[in-house]
Amino acid sequence: MSGTPRYTMVVDTKKCVGCKACVLACKAENAIPDGYCRSWIVEEIRGEFPLLSAELRSERCNHCTDAPCVAACPTGASHYSDGGTVIVTRDKCTGCKACIASCPYDARFVHPEGFVEKCTFCLHRVRRGEQPACVEICPTQSLHFGDVNDRESEVAQLLAARASKVLHEEAGTNPNLYFLV
Amino acid sequence: MRQETLEIVTTRANPLIDPALHVWGWEIPLYLFLGGVVAGLMVVLAGLSLKSTDRPKSKAVQLAPFLSLVLLSVGMGALFLDLSNKLNVYRFYLAFNPTSPMSWGSWILVLVYPVVLVTGLSSLSDELRANLMARGFMQKPSVAKLMRQAFSFADGARRPALWATLGLGIGLGAYTGLLLGTLTARLAWNAAILGPLFLTSGVSTGAALLLLFKLDEAEEKTIVRWDLVAIVVELALLGLMLIDFGVGGAAGELAGASILGGSWTPWFWSVVVIGGLLVPLGLNLIEVNKHVRATLFSPALILLGGLTLRFVLVAIGQESSFSMIQ
Repeated sequence: MSGTPRYTMVVDTKKCVGCKACVLACKAENAIPDGYCRSWIVEEIRGEFPLLSAELRSERCNHCTDAPCVAACPTGASHYSDGGTVIVTRDKCTGCKACIASCPYDARFVHPEGFVEKCTFCLHRVRRGEQPACVEICPTQSLHFGDVNDRESEVAQLLAARASKVLHEEAGTNPNLYFLV
Repeated sequence: MRQETLEIVTTRANPLIDPALHVWGWEIPLYLFLGGVVAGLMVVLAGLSLKSTDRPKSKAVQLAPFLSLVLLSVGMGALFLDLSNKLNVYRFYLAFNPTSPMSWGSWILVLVYPVVLVTGLSSLSDELRANLMARGFMQKPSVAKLMRQAFSFADGARRPALWATLGLGIGLGAYTGLLLGTLTARLAWNAAILGPLFLTSGVSTGAALLLLFKLDEAEEKTIVRWDLVAIVVELALLGLMLIDFGVGGAAGELAGASILGGSWTPWFWSVVVIGGLLVPLGLNLIEVNKHVRATLFSPALILLGGLTLRFVLVAIGQESSFSMIQ
């Protein structure tokens, strides 16, 4: 193990079947109201007919190392927590929505009670030594979570062994949600 | 050449986020406009007053600081309406985040009130002060004493208050633009030029608001000249913004699409550029060169153009996100 922990999620797009179990597990675990979601599935089809390829991605907050939402938050409600996760303290959130506008991934939304919501990497579970709900439920084991700074961790080894990408690298936010391609 | 297919289907449909971001409605552009007008009033009033040691000549300029506080309060009311967690509004004043223009703005707004109040009190003529002191509620000895002390303090602090008004006015005007300009996830906002653009537009609209009232002839001439300069600079900054879009590759093309052929094109070109800047520029040039007195037409157009600029920029920023780049 080296350095401070850096929580990272790795999504294996070769294994994901887009079943949405992660989306529903997240909603159940975190009591997300109807009509809202912290995680979602994207299906991207590219190519030239009939030579088409499809990629399925389970997406959520990227818990960026240089999070623009944290920089934009006027009250400190959006902040870094364990393992570099980006968390919103509800009691400090005014609902100004600067964080939502600053997010290149559109990963945040306004909860019906007024505060801003997003994926927490299920930090409450991680602190108990459990995996995030989406990782736990995934039937194809396409989601992996851990400390990328720990060379022995599954996420570090997957990223070392397989080709991967992040979304919107050009935004310069150093995201911690990787996709194995 | 055959076209590559790209189709993206998402299960996400969060309110205010999808299919395109629309978290900010009328409240934010109205606030950005009023904040800009107030910033402009502060810059113009301080500029006029710092030129001489006398108090302003016209009643309009003497009372304008108080008008600016009313307008700022209306703008802050709009900001408050936009908050989705209104009970936590006090949280703005329990923190300072140097990387958040909104945090800077919150504190600037708090400083603006006392500083502009001192500028306003020190700007009032003896006649207006006597009128104020003759009011019913001023007859109470304690209130009258307090007001006399306030006038005495304001007169003593006039020069520093004017400099502070100028500095805070520049800060307020620039922050309203930087607030959007630092939200780099939105392609059309991704530019520091929005700071000087909104400041210049603020100066122009603040000057225009003053020109709606009866002014002293010398004051009017000065303000029309300053407005002329502000309009020219604003046109240049808008030109630079469009050049930025033009040289910004795919991201720039997407950023400018809404005003270069897209749905906001008529509003931007007809109301902001032609109606709000070019026509007033022509009218102001005639007023300056032919020595005719200003009409209400030109300032009204400038104000309408300034308001529309905020609405257009807030809208096109929200419409242009990183997810458009594939």
